[in-house]
Amino acid sequence: MRRIIRVASWLYALAVYGFIFLPVVVLVLFSLQATSFPIPPFTGPSLRWYDAVLSDVRLTSALVNSLLVASISSATAVTLGFLSAWGFARFVLPGSGLLRGLITLPLTVSYLIIGMGLLVLFNWAGVPKSLLAAGIGHVVINLPLCFAIIYSQMGDHQINIERAARDLGASEWKVLLLITVPVMAPAIFAGFFLSMTFSWDEFVISFLLTRFDTTLPVEIWNLLRSGLNPKTNAVGSLVFAVSIVLVVLFELTLLRRRKT
Amino acid sequence: MTAPLVDIRAVSHRFGQLAVLKNVSLRIEPGSYTILLGPSGSGKTTLLSILGGFVTPSEGKVFIRGEDCTAVPPARRPTTTVFQDYALFPHMSVGGNVGFGLRMQGVDGATRAAKAREALALVGLSSAFDKKPHQLSGGQRQRVALARALVIEPAVLLLDEPLGALDLKLRRQMQDELKAIQKRVGTAFIHVTHDQEEAMALADHCVVMNDGRIEDEGPPERVYARPATRFSATFMGESTILAGKVTEAGDRTGTVTTPAGPVSVRSALPEGSAVALAIRPEHLMLGGAAGTASLGMAKVSDVVFQGSFKRVLAVSVEDPSLQFIAKLPASTTVQPGDTLAVSCDTDQIIVLAD
Repeated sequence: MRRIIRVASWLYALAVYGFIFLPVVVLVLFSLQATSFPIPPFTGPSLRWYDAVLSDVRLTSALVNSLLVASISSATAVTLGFLSAWGFARFVLPGSGLLRGLITLPLTVSYLIIGMGLLVLFNWAGVPKSLLAAGIGHVVINLPLCFAIIYSQMGDHQINIERAARDLGASEWKVLLLITVPVMAPAIFAGFFLSMTFSWDEFVISFLLTRFDTTLPVEIWNLLRSGLNPKTNAVGSLVFAVSIVLVVLFELTLLRRRKT
Repeated sequence: MTAPLVDIRAVSHRFGQLAVLKNVSLRIEPGSYTILLGPSGSGKTTLLSILGGFVTPSEGKVFIRGEDCTAVPPARRPTTTVFQDYALFPHMSVGGNVGFGLRMQGVDGATRAAKAREALALVGLSSAFDKKPHQLSGGQRQRVALARALVIEPAVLLLDEPLGALDLKLRRQMQDELKAIQKRVGTAFIHVTHDQEEAMALADHCVVMNDGRIEDEGPPERVYARPATRFSATFMGESTILAGKVTEAGDRTGTVTTPAGPVSVRSALPEGSAVALAIRPEHLMLGGAAGTASLGMAKVSDVVFQGSFKRVLAVSVEDPSLQFIAKLPASTTVQPGDTLAVSCDTDQIIVLAD
């Protein structure tokens, strides 16, 4: 009886993980297809579709665009998130709780709503559809996240550390730069890498706010409109690989934080 | 007479509605070791924060070296603080921590490192220069914090319960070292604690605080032997307190009627005034050898062996609300339940106006 339960629980775990990971496995597997259709039987392995992706100027420029948008918007989001977290943690502000709630509120709003809102706003303000507009959209969605991560790690014990620095003659910006930022570095990096991950494969906002130069997810969507092709699998696998790297970096920075 | 190094003039402070300091005035001499002693909530830490510049008092002024420092921020006043949790910079090496104050003053790297090494040698931690704070023990971190605060040569060093986080043995050891370091550098130390043993061991000048006021101040020997108030008689060491009234006043002596009977004392208080008599535990005698002042009979309720002596609690037969605290030699044969005569020498009775 016990053995049956054990076998059943293993089967269940296998089914669950299969459900989660099988699409990814299939995607990666057929990106190595040697023939022109990503359907069984598997004819690979071959790197010809990766070659095709990397020699496609539209895809490679979209890839560079995506990296630029992700890194610049994440750096902006993490800087603003850090400064607001520091402000909320160190100074008594009127209506602090309400303001903190407001700053994290965009986390609960769907990207579609944020994207449409920004589209209307940019139209009205005369900001053209561009990578910059999409980048601003990514700051809007990632700032609350960075704020929440950094604010949660700003404990009271750092207050005395900052005080000690001031006591030893440090000016306010030196306290921030030499003490607070290095002490908070794990949370800051964690916020940065998580923002990168989200920005990297964000589609809806980029789709709504870009036109000619666009990000990789939007370009992939363009590609998909002409039907399935191992090339889409290859580019999808590349996106997935970059996401994995970012998530691993995020986990590492958080784990290092917990150990010390 | 030279001007005091620190002059606190009529300082009061409120946190919202709560008055934590009530009209406190205090002078601190150069090169002295001052202890602010009091229970939690007595305002001692607030007073230290005011000296450090972390709190601006609601009323009153603070002068350091004759300069009005009341509203000067911590960075620009000649004080440094050793925090209770040490507040070392976790991302910097020990050398970086100690050199931080000099770095803020714009001192170049080589001089900084040399001075930091010197300060670490002073606290006996020369070998820790390249270590990180988390590699050190509590006592070592304490020393680093001390070195970091001393290296910029402050006029006053402020210590906020510096030994609070250490275990008892280490605390006694650090206590001796603190005193030795203070004598060597000659900087005035102001040290906050609630531990009266620490206060007696370290202070040149002991300030007893309670409820936002200074109850008593002076050399610890004086504060212990002749406390000025009932609070300092019970907080700085233990005392048996007898409340009474002066019923006979002579030239230099008088008689006080207490629940334990009339007691003659050396004091010139007017007749009819309410007083409290405080007697230190080591001055009380139970049974056996009788002192010059009789304090009635008492029933022993508890005997606690404490190594070098026995601590005896006894309840007065005349007034069960009166409890005697006595310190008897370890060889004493007193047992709980014994009823004995209590006495002491007239000279040892501390008369406090109530």
